[in-house]
Amino acid sequence: MEKTEIETRLRDVLVSELGLDADKINRSANFETDLDVDSLGVVELLMAMEDEFGVKIPDDEAEHIHTVGEAIDLVHGKLNV
Amino acid sequence: MVRTALVTGASRGIGRAIAFALARDGHQVGVNFSSSSGPAADVVAEIEAAGGKAIALGADVSDAAAVDAMFTEAAAQLGPVEILVNNAGITADNLLLRMTPEDFDRVLAVNLRSAFLCSRLAVKAMLRARWGRIISIASVAGIAGNPGQANYAASKAGLIGFTKSVAKEVGSRGITANVVAPGFINTDMTEGLGAEVKESVLGSISLGRFGEAAEVAAAVAFLASEAAGYITGQVLAVEGGLAL
Ligand SMILES: NC(=O)c1ccc[n+]([C@@H]2O[C@H](COP(=O)([O-])OP(=O)(O)OC[C@H]3O[C@@H](n4cnc5c(N)ncnc54)[C@H](OP(=O)(O)O)[C@@H]3O)[C@@H](O)[C@H]2O)c1
Repeated sequence: MEKTEIETRLRDVLVSELGLDADKINRSANFETDLDVDSLGVVELLMAMEDEFGVKIPDDEAEHIHTVGEAIDLVHGKLNV
Repeated sequence: MVRTALVTGASRGIGRAIAFALARDGHQVGVNFSSSSGPAADVVAEIEAAGGKAIALGADVSDAAAVDAMFTEAAAQLGPVEILVNNAGITADNLLLRMTPEDFDRVLAVNLRSAFLCSRLAVKAMLRARWGRIISIASVAGIAGNPGQANYAASKAGLIGFTKSVAKEVGSRGITANVVAPGFINTDMTEGLGAEVKESVLGSISLGRFGEAAEVAAAVAFLASEAAGYITGQVLAVEGGLAL
């Protein structure tokens, strides 16, 4: 799957499942500081990503996701091995 | 609003009364049991006869795989669970010096681990819905302690700490978690108490009688309602004035 498709789908999930502001979402946006996602929100984000892309994201990998771009890269890496 | 409820250990006693109360409030109910399939089917039939919707769900709630399968089945047939009642419970009483590690572990697993296993699955759907009710049935024994019930009281006290933690974790998403702590209620569980024990217990109950399962169920139905939306992390004792 191309990164642009992942980005489009992730953006939809962030808006519909996490209720984030579509205008603030870009690759460099930080979930905690730019998008106001709290610790439970991060867990919701991981669940939503797992459901949307059919991947498993263990805790040690989840720790490295801070920005939207990092989330896209992680999914991209998992889907294109 | 019609919600999907799941009541563990709803084939008999207090759980059965809770299933009826939630159905009467218009909710669809998953009626869990472990071995009493006949009684569970009767509960379902009685709810259906009154115009409600219910299904029986067999699962040992201390078993993670069985709980997973139960939630999958409930979601497929009734939709995601939005009201979870952790009611299934057992006793294996003995004085500490006579209590075996097996009896300790079994009681903790059925009474406390079950609440963890069920709640973590239920919360997933509740987060999506931005609404949820988790109600766990503890006991006055978990608050005051009771000789011969170190395992049981520990499991019930554990439910209280568990509930308060969950309430803090998910409160921001419109999900409440509360405990109902019954005193002495007329069910199979208390039927085995000797006449002497019953007599001495009655003396310390302000209302002078044991409670009925329906009286516990009424408290649960209230906590499950929209009206109780601002109540979370609380322990509601339904014990006839035992601890006054
Ligand atoms: N009665 C009281 O005075 C009293 C007081 C305080 C608190 N409580 C609490 O209230 C709850 C209900 O008690 P009760 O008096 O109604 O008990 P009960 O009449 O003995 O019924 C227990 C219920 O739990 C189910 N159950 C037991 N082990 C299970 C398992 N591993 N997986 C799934 N279901 C299981 C039973 O189903 P199966 O028959 O299919 O096993 C049954 O439906 C318990 O948590 C109890 O500790 C009761």
